[in-house]
Amino acid sequence: MHISEGVLSGPVLLSGAALAVVGTGIGLKRLDYDRIARAGMLSACFFVASLIHVPVGPSSAHLVLNGIVGLILGWGAFPAILVALILQAAFFQFGGLTTLGVNTVIMALPAVIGYIALRPLIRKGGKWSIAAGFACGFLAVLLSALLVAAALIFTREDFFAVSWMLIAANFPVMVIEGIVTAFCATFFLKVKPELLT
Amino acid sequence: MIEEVFATGDSLMHRLDPRVRILAALAYSIPVALVSRPIPMILALVLSILITALARLQVKALFKRLIVVNSIILLFWIVVPFTFDGETIFEIGPLAATREGIIYAASVTIKSNAIFLAFLALVATMPVAAAGHAMQGLGFPVKVVTLLLLTYRYVFVIEEEYNRLLRAIRIRGFKARTSLHTYRTYAYLIGMLFVRSWDRAERVHQAMKCRGFEGKFYCLTQYRVSLEDIFFSVAMSVGVCAIGMTEWMIAIH
Repeated sequence: MHISEGVLSGPVLLSGAALAVVGTGIGLKRLDYDRIARAGMLSACFFVASLIHVPVGPSSAHLVLNGIVGLILGWGAFPAILVALILQAAFFQFGGLTTLGVNTVIMALPAVIGYIALRPLIRKGGKWSIAAGFACGFLAVLLSALLVAAALIFTREDFFAVSWMLIAANFPVMVIEGIVTAFCATFFLKVKPELLT
Repeated sequence: MIEEVFATGDSLMHRLDPRVRILAALAYSIPVALVSRPIPMILALVLSILITALARLQVKALFKRLIVVNSIILLFWIVVPFTFDGETIFEIGPLAATREGIIYAASVTIKSNAIFLAFLALVATMPVAAAGHAMQGLGFPVKVVTLLLLTYRYVFVIEEEYNRLLRAIRIRGFKARTSLHTYRTYAYLIGMLFVRSWDRAERVHQAMKCRGFEGKFYCLTQYRVSLEDIFFSVAMSVGVCAIGMTEWMIAIH
């Protein structure tokens, strides 16, 4: 999920960049050199996995997976997503330099919120962890869509209708992300609980 | 699937110092994203087309990317003119297109293409490894650059791993549908990617330690600013100033 270049106003771009710098700063502070190889590997994994298209009825959608990245990396989601977005720009020229900050915040802030609010519940195991996993994936995409909407509306109030359409259009993606994140989280608990510690 | 189509080539853009190109891309795209009048926007688009021409990119790949970018903008054209407040220009059934909406959609189209082309010509013309070293040379935080280079290094490995897993599930008769089974299969596939990355990262970390990794990658290329770099920088500065000046002049008139 990202906003194209040339759409947003100066103040929105600047606030996005400032928030991204703060978030990335916190993430990097917690990332010492013993863990940088792991963070890089997980960023690469996130980058590849987010290229996967899954069928949704007659159409298809690509996975966002910011919920899962948040669960695994916590605040590290900020630098990981920043790097993934830089690579996306380099390989496919999606997004770009001026929107890098805003787009990082759009994806990474919901990831961190999921990490803080839902990870303790997921780690408990059992039925609750499935529900919390679903909520984590669902809310991560919903919050991202809300942040996109906020960025657009702060640029121009006329974007109100567009924002509603955008949130509604992303509803199927939220459900799919919820399902995938729930399965993924229970998979981690069974196979490699260290991923969630 | 993942490749750097424009990264290698023989053109003025490819020869320029990567540091100069990254700085130029930043110094150019930020003001262009902010201009609001038609004349500076068109000026920017012309300048972008000019530098794209100088980069001599593969035409087919270039148009492919342009189509992708502009199909997103097309969505914009379908919605924005009919949802913005303002003076009605024409109506289709119950929908009324406004002047403000059309102007906005047009400005996004021009700016988006201008910034996109500049990025293509300036930044997409270098491999990510060069971009990382150039960022380090420009004083970006070492950790960000190290993370970028590590991620870049392993994106290809993980893509291969993904293709291997995909082949394995296909051989067992997997077909992607809109079903819980499909989503669960993808979830486990992604889960497996993460689990394997975790283990691989452990081995990579140990290997890096053995080689004396101390927190950064060293760049062996000696970057040198050439005469071409200076000419280009001056030309770009003139361009950026011209765009800024026209915006400002129209604003005060």
